Parts: sequence; structure tokens; C-alpha cells
Amino acid sequence: MNKDNILEEKEDYEGSKMGMWLFLFTELLLFTGLFLLYSAFRSRYSDEFHTGAAELNKTMGTLNTVLLLTSSLTMALSINVIKKGQKKLSVLLQGLTVSLGLLFLVDKYFEWSEKIRHGIYPNSAELLQRGKGETIFYGLYYLMTGLHGLHVIAGIILISIMIIMTINERIHREKFVKLENAGLYWHLVDVVWVFLFPVFYLIS
Amino acid sequence: MTTGDREKSFYETQGRHTGILSWVLSTDHKRIGILYLTAMFSFFFVAVILGVLMRLELIAPGRTIMSATTYNAIFTVHGVIMIFLFIIPGIPSGLGNFLLPLLIGARDVAFPRINLMSWWFYITGAIVILVSLFTGGGPPDTGWTFYVPYSIKTGTNVTLAVFGVFLLGISSTLTGINFVTTIHRLRAPGMKWFRMPLFVWSLYATGWVQILATPVLGLTLLLLMSERLFGFGLFDPAKGGDPLLFEHLFWIYSHPAVYIMILPAMGAVTEIIPVFARRTIFGYKAIAFSSLAIASAGYLVWGHHMFTSGMSDIARMVFSFLTFIVAIPSGIKVFNWVASLYKGSIELVSPLLFTISFIFLFSIGGLTGLVNGALATNIFVHGTYFIVAHFHYTMFGGTAFAFFAALHYWFPKITGRMYREALAKRAWVILFTGFNVLYFPMFILGLEGMPRRYYDYLPRFQTGHFISTIGSWILATGLAIMFYNLIRSIFKGEAAGSNPWGGTTLEWTTSSPPPRENFKEIPVVTGGPYRFGKD
Amino acid sequence: MNDNNKSITGYRIYFIVWICLLILTATTVAISNLKLGKYGALISLFIASIKASLILLFFMHLKYEGFLIKAMLLLTIMTIAIIVGLTFSDVWYRH
Repeated sequence: MNKDNILEEKEDYEGSKMGMWLFLFTELLLFTGLFLLYSAFRSRYSDEFHTGAAELNKTMGTLNTVLLLTSSLTMALSINVIKKGQKKLSVLLQGLTVSLGLLFLVDKYFEWSEKIRHGIYPNSAELLQRGKGETIFYGLYYLMTGLHGLHVIAGIILISIMIIMTINERIHREKFVKLENAGLYWHLVDVVWVFLFPVFYLIS
Repeated sequence: MTTGDREKSFYETQGRHTGILSWVLSTDHKRIGILYLTAMFSFFFVAVILGVLMRLELIAPGRTIMSATTYNAIFTVHGVIMIFLFIIPGIPSGLGNFLLPLLIGARDVAFPRINLMSWWFYITGAIVILVSLFTGGGPPDTGWTFYVPYSIKTGTNVTLAVFGVFLLGISSTLTGINFVTTIHRLRAPGMKWFRMPLFVWSLYATGWVQILATPVLGLTLLLLMSERLFGFGLFDPAKGGDPLLFEHLFWIYSHPAVYIMILPAMGAVTEIIPVFARRTIFGYKAIAFSSLAIASAGYLVWGHHMFTSGMSDIARMVFSFLTFIVAIPSGIKVFNWVASLYKGSIELVSPLLFTISFIFLFSIGGLTGLVNGALATNIFVHGTYFIVAHFHYTMFGGTAFAFFAALHYWFPKITGRMYREALAKRAWVILFTGFNVLYFPMFILGLEGMPRRYYDYLPRFQTGHFISTIGSWILATGLAIMFYNLIRSIFKGEAAGSNPWGGTTLEWTTSSPPPRENFKEIPVVTGGPYRFGKD
Repeated sequence: MNDNNKSITGYRIYFIVWICLLILTATTVAISNLKLGKYGALISLFIASIKASLILLFFMHLKYEGFLIKAMLLLTIMTIAIIVGLTFSDVWYRH
């Protein structure tokens, strides 16, 4: 037997979770930078930010919020049922989470393409002509929802891997810390959205 | 606690791969540490050559050996390599990886595979940066700080270089996560928090800074890249943006990063002093807490890099005031080191010589830091050679000298062999002399008004520049001798034995070089780390 | 491992949290339609914080975690507060 295996095999449940939380903190700091820029610019261009926000589609934003919140529920439940050994149900719930995440992206896609069709995208003539405040508002809108969208994609990939691992019995009722960590990540993506939603859609 | 029969060292235990793959795919923290050290010192070598070329250009006013554009590229690349490829990963990723599990009596770090992954991020980032030098619009010429608006407008290959640094940031963050978890979870039985070696405390504080600061750099670089690619306009005043916010974001990371550079160095010398003074460290808890204090204070002072950038007056006063706080924990450390040497039976060998020169040079660097931190004097010296001298005294005289001290101190543990002590001492004398001849004149040049990053200068600055250039040759000679000695001894040195210095921390209880699993049996710790004689 | 049973939160609590989150979403949307100006922004951020806390406490099991993780999260939040606060010492007072 080679020793690399011996050293890796034993799983430290508390340690894995701690590592995941520390990773989540780095994600929080990453988004902090963006929220910092947002609030600094908002204090300078508050009127333009209001005009910009009024143009965003509040219904679609709300729909996305509901989708992500529900996906968080299914994610949390999938961990609960794997602890009770209900493998099929857990796979189903993880699949639901992924589907809701995909729906979120579809919604986002329609939202973005709608804006782009109206000539509102970074550095566009339309936007520059509207003036500084709105240029910055939409710059931040694309950056922040974009970076968040990338995190949603990463989360979907991660949970898809978890589904495969659950099917292959590499995640089961005794060993589920990976699924729990994937869940933590997914919930964090949700937490970030919970703040993105009001700052872009509700300030008009 | 001697290990009896010689057991197979980690060099002889290959794992599932052979040849070069047994290194670059190894999850053994010791092999990864050596991977880092090898890569880092290769880059260091390149950056030293760039530095020497820069100094040569500056030996006389006007053009000497290169054009102004080349000069701009060279000081940028020198800075980027030294900061991001050498001194930030330096002690934590290199020596820290090798030593942390040994110091706390563990078999490996908490996440060995992520540890390997961070090395891969590191080396990929490094390669991307190197590629950026020879492709696109040529090497970046922005200075290592990548300040907007120039970094957005320049035609040089900034985007790729910045992407490389972004990958290095990921590497650093993952190392931080790994170390903090390791220290929480994998301490040997009986090793309570206040029984940890102080190097571990400093790695712990560093780990937190890596976790809570590096992501901000990642974001800043992402924003810079997207500005260059899509033109969002966040930092472009014409579009309503604000370049100062870039500087804020940049220094929110880069000031704490200064403590990523210096904290592990302080930790390393704290290990060395008790061993060669043959007495326990003075003020264990004060040193441990001052590491945490320095790490936290790092978040309060970034604005002192921006005193002349046009920040609000209130912000300038607040940041100037807060900057002085950093001097307190740094002072505590210096006093404790000196007090630990007091009345010790001092054995003046090369690791301790490097350590003592570290204390001396770092004190000069730290005290001139107060000159920079005071708002009024800062306006006078900002952007001059005074700053260049200050940060070389802290980073080179501080971190790098401590790094060299640590390299000599743990060399027998890492390689199982001993270097030539007489040669090491000679190298130290030359290095120390060269360092001061090179950098001290810069303080004076700066006070006389010589701006940093300038290609040309007035004739009245020539004496200083001339002396400084001579210093660079002496320094380079010292480095050459030191590395010759170390590299030669990897192959030809005498066998060192498991504990050549009589150290009392756990790494000295296992064989040199250590076996793959570090310890035959996980040691049980019953007391503090530095127990000498009657202490 | 050591506290599996403790962290098996009942299904019921998850559904309750989920329903609370939806109600809070509806509330915040409704309030935004009232056009309360400055206070509107504050209220919506306040509601967002409650929502985030619910997710952290229940979905992310923070409520059942030990002291250590909580302390670490607190450290992170404090760091964020310091960063934001000090930046605003510039942003607010620049002329």
C-alpha cells in the first residue's frame, strides 16, 4: 500500500467543515469589495441609481429570489434525507436544486438579453450618452449579477458532482460531509443574492 | 526520543508516481514545500538579475545600458516577481509547508490535495506572468501596483500579467485556509495553544490575513481585467468612475499583504533565538499576541499608501493616526527578541547572525516606516527613494534576511546535511555589507528629493546612485556565495544528524530528513516549546 | 460524526424557515412599492439581513455549530465592517 492513501483516507468531519467555512469567508470578502464599490458610487449618484433601478424588471428579480430560496430548501432537505439513508430521495432533491439553479440562470439570461437588446451594456453608446451615474449603475449591475451568476454555475456543477457521488455511494448516510459542504456553498450563493436583490431591484 | 535505526526518508518514499511526477503530483507537504522553495528561488534569481541591471542603468545619469521603456518594464517585473512570486509565498508556502506539520506533530496538513492544488495555482500563475512578458504588447510597465488609469490605458500586456497574479492570489488563499484548519485540527495531543512554537502562531495569524485579505486583491484584479476587456468605467472619471477606489481596493489587500510577508519571518527568527541563546523565549504570550495584533492592525492602515492621492483630509488623519498602532506590537517583538538574548549563552553561528542582522535592519525599516506614516513627513518623502529604501529594509533586510536565517537553521532538517559554517559566515558578512551600501544611500537620496521609478536624474544625485550600484554588486556576490554554499551542501555536505543545533521543538525529534509520515508515532506534548536547562 | 443527531433538523423547521423567507420577500417587494425614499432602502436592507440570518442559522446550521465557527464568522463580519467604515472615511468627506 502506498502511504499517500493512508494519510488521505481518514476524514476529519469537523476539519472539512471548518475548511469550507473559511472558504466561504473568502467568498464573502470577494463580494464585499463589490458591495463597497456599489455603496461608494451610490452615495455619489443616488438619483441615477434610482432611475437605473426603476428600469430593472422587478418581477423577474422577485421570481429569481423565490427560485433561489426554494433551491436552498431542497438543498437543505437533501442533506437531511441522506443522513437517514434515503438515497433516492436525496438524489431527487439535489436534482431539484440543480434544476432551480438552471431556471435562475434562464431568467437571468432573459433579463440580460432584454437589456442588451436595448443597447444597455458596458461601454455602449446608449449607456455613455445617458451619463455617468447610469453608466456606473449598469456597470455594477453587470459585474455583480455576473459574478454571482458565475457562482451559481459553479454551484450547479458542484451539486451535479454530488449527485453522481451519491449515486455511486461515495456519499451515504455515514459519510456526507462533501454534500454538506456543497450545501453550505449553495446557501452562501443564496445569501449573496438576498443582498443583491434589494440593492438592484428595490431601490427605485 | 531519538529514532534509532535510520528509516526511509521522504525522499526515498515515492508514493504512487516516479521521477518528476513523484514531486509535482505529491501530496506530501514536505515535497510541496521543496517544490515551492525551488520555484521561488529560481524566480528570486531572475528578479535579482533584473535589480542589478536596474542599478547598473542608474550608475550614471542619462542612458547607460537600456532604454527608458525597458527600464519601466524591468522595474515592474522586478517588483511583480519579488512581491508576488517570492516574498508573499516565501516563508509560509515554502518553509511553512515543510515545517508546519513537523512543528505541531502532525503527519501532514489538513487538506493535502488542496495543498498540491495551491502549488499548481502558484506555478501556473508564475508561468502566465512569464508568458505575459514575451507576448502581446510586451511586458507590463505599470509598476507592481497596477494603478489605474494608466494600467487600463497602456498597450502592454497587463491583462495577462494580472490574470497570473490572480492565480497566485488563489494559491495564497488556499494555503491560508489549509494552515488555519491544520493548526486548529491537527496539533499533537497535549499541544495546547500556548504550547505551540511561536512560528506556528505567526503562521496562524498569516493564514487569517491570507483568508480575509487576498480575496479583495482577487476582486481588484478581476475588475482591472474586465475594465481592460469591456470598459465598465468604474475607475475611469470620464465615465463617472473613481480611480481612488481602485487604490483603496488595492491597498485593502496589499497593506495586510505586507504582514503576510513579515509575520512568518518574525515567527521564524523567534524559533532561532532561543536555540542559540540556550534559554527560553522571553515573553511567549506577548509575542504570540503581538502576531495577532499585527495581523489585525494591518486592516486599519492601508490609507497611508494614498496620502498624496487626493483622499479626504479626515481619512488621511485617521489613517495616519492608526498607522502608529502597528509600531506597538512590532516594538513588543523587537524588545522580546533582544530580552531573550540577554544573559543567554550565545552561540554566534550563521542562523543567529542572520537573525541579529534581521532585527537590526528591520528596526531601521520599521522606524523609517513611522516617518512615512506621519502625514506631514509623508508628503515630503512620498514617491521618493526614501520609500524604496524603507521597503527594502523591511522586506529584504527584514523578511529575506529572516528567510535566509531560517533556511540555514532548518537546512539540516530539510536535506539531512550540513553546510560549511565558515563559508556561510563569510557570505553573511558580504551580504550584510552589500545590503547597507546598496540601500542606505537611498534614504539620503530620497530626502534630497530623488523620485522613485525615474529613469534619469540630476547630476547632484550621482554620488548616491554610484555608491548604491557598487552595493548591488557586493550584495549579488554575497548571494552567490550563500547559494553556492547551500546548493553544494545538498549534495556534498556532511550528514547532520537529527538534531544538530540542540533544538527543543518537535521537528528535531524526528530524523533528518524526516520520514514520509513525519513521526513514527505522533508525539505527546507535555510542556512549552522552548525548554533549555533550568528554564 | 459526533453530533449527527443534533444537526438532523426536522423537516418542519426547514419548511417554516422557507415560508418565512418567502413572506419576507413579499414584504420587502410590497414596501418598495410604497416609495419611502431613504427609509425604503434602510428597511429593505434590514429585511435582507433577517433573510440572510435565517439562511445562515438554519439552512447553514450555524445555530447548531460550536463557538469556534461562530467566532470566525464574527471576525469576518468585523473585518468587513472595518474595511467599509474606513473606506467611507474617505468617500463621505472628500470634497
